[in-house]
Amino acid sequence: MADIAISTNKLTKRFGDFVATNEITFDVQQGEIFGFLGANGAGKTTAMRMLCGLSVPSSGEATIAGYDIYKQTEEIKKHIGYMSQKFSLYEDLNVIENIRFFGGIYGLSGKEIKEKSNTLINQLGLQHEAKKLVGSLPLGWKQKLAFSVAILHEPKIVFLDEPTGGVDPVTRRQFWDLIYAAADRGITIFVTTHYMDEAEYCNRISMMVDGVIKALDTPRNLKKQFSAASMDEVFFELARGAQRKAD
Amino acid sequence: MKQFLIFVRKEFYHVFRDPKTLLMLFGMPVTLILLFGFALTNEIKNSKIAVCDYANDEATQRIVEKLRANNSFEIQEVLMSHLQIEEAFKRGKIKLAIVFPTDFNSDLQHVNEAQVQVIADASDPNTATTLTNYVRNIVMSYQNEITDGKTIPYQIKTETRMLYNPELKGATNFVPGVMALVLLLVCVLMTSVSIVREKETGTMEVLLVSPFNPFLVIISKAVPYFFLSLVNLTVILVLSVFLLDMPFNGNIFLLYGESSILIITALSLGLLISNSTQSQQAAMLISLLGMLFPTLMFTGFLFPLENMPLPLQVIANIVPSKWYYIIVKSIMIKGLGFSAIWKETLILVSMTVVLLFVSFKKFKIRLA
Repeated sequence: MADIAISTNKLTKRFGDFVATNEITFDVQQGEIFGFLGANGAGKTTAMRMLCGLSVPSSGEATIAGYDIYKQTEEIKKHIGYMSQKFSLYEDLNVIENIRFFGGIYGLSGKEIKEKSNTLINQLGLQHEAKKLVGSLPLGWKQKLAFSVAILHEPKIVFLDEPTGGVDPVTRRQFWDLIYAAADRGITIFVTTHYMDEAEYCNRISMMVDGVIKALDTPRNLKKQFSAASMDEVFFELARGAQRKAD
Repeated sequence: MKQFLIFVRKEFYHVFRDPKTLLMLFGMPVTLILLFGFALTNEIKNSKIAVCDYANDEATQRIVEKLRANNSFEIQEVLMSHLQIEEAFKRGKIKLAIVFPTDFNSDLQHVNEAQVQVIADASDPNTATTLTNYVRNIVMSYQNEITDGKTIPYQIKTETRMLYNPELKGATNFVPGVMALVLLLVCVLMTSVSIVREKETGTMEVLLVSPFNPFLVIISKAVPYFFLSLVNLTVILVLSVFLLDMPFNGNIFLLYGESSILIITALSLGLLISNSTQSQQAAMLISLLGMLFPTLMFTGFLFPLENMPLPLQVIANIVPSKWYYIIVKSIMIKGLGFSAIWKETLILVSMTVVLLFVSFKKFKIRLA
């Protein structure tokens, strides 16, 4: 089972009477790009928060990189990266300082941080912006930088919560190039998104409706299953039955 | 430890790159010190005083009776010597003492002139002036009574001594108050806002997902404000000693030690506020309202606590600045040592421990 990155079994989160995620069960392979789709309020973020250790499940089981999400949270934290829905770097720190800070709290040595920040800056073409405050960079660059920082410590899995919100299509494409490069290095990508064109980029996707996983397969198979021409249609087909109002 | 230092360095970047924070940190204390130059006067009731009556004759008994009848005073004890007076002042038991010399009445009868000494605790100059004036009036009224219908007027001279603050400088009153106010406001505001800012921008989530210990997040946020507050304290002290001629009679290390306790109290309050708010504006509002009013009202530097109705006096006891104010006055003005303020220190420390406990507990819940 070493090649299973994420495994959940009837994972549930309740807030009082409200069941945010209801008995979700799925496996994600190591190195896979796993798309986690659903309308607003479907329970995506709640599920992701449980997997990252930000929120304790009400019931069910899950392992992340082979570690139990109840007992081995500290181990899990060392092996995952996370990019939140909101922009997750410090705008009043410059590029280098951000890299140094996040590298530092993940326990990288000074030498490692230096090497990595050099490669990273060259890769992203940020040589001239290295000393600029992150707040002054265009959104697309910020997002790419945030992603690179999230995988700075070479995690086994990286969780991306709607990473490309508000970014133009060209930058989004570039962002996905970074994701592919990371996946090629063996990093498992767990990504939530609203954009159906992005869903096509994933190896497999799951569709969540009202806290339940309604479908889980490769984009091609899903389209076949729902006899739809695009992922958009698949999404409409599934989300139409939703009871919950989007928030 | 290395991670911790990296985090602390990041916090310093935040502080020094935000002009608003800097202005708040260093502009506010200077402004307040200069603004509070105008102190307020108030009517005073039930002040605790002591009488040291070496004469204990007909005349002194009449005057003491008059004092007793006046509702401005409450005669706390009748003392036998000057030494005891000194002691009572240091323990803060009395605001004023009246000393009658041995031959008060015989002087009055034979030479038509007698003296009475009035000693006041002028570390609170407004109260001291008002109280000595009251005493002078009472003595005058007795003098008028006995002079009545006689040709040769009797004269009782009141000799006034203002203890600790002979020139009745207002600074002695408001500087310790401003110190308490600034330390509380700045620390509470800065910690709560800086923690809530991380929540608002989403970086808190990233920090909580990282292997970095969440409690260290909090502690490393507090460290820069702790040191900057000590710098602040120094600025206030330098300003008040050199610009406002504030006396400094006590041990400076003791003062910094006690101030550190107040700073930690304030930091834990800030943490508590940040736990229950989601936006920087809310945190700022709660910190300002929650700190400014109680501190101004209940510290005792604007409105004498003695005059407040009992329920308010009880409330004042849970305001940390009240205790800090007493401590600072004791150290700076009266030059007292730790043995004189251990009680207040203990209260302050217990408050801090409780606050820290509650806020850490709450912080843990939020992680779940």
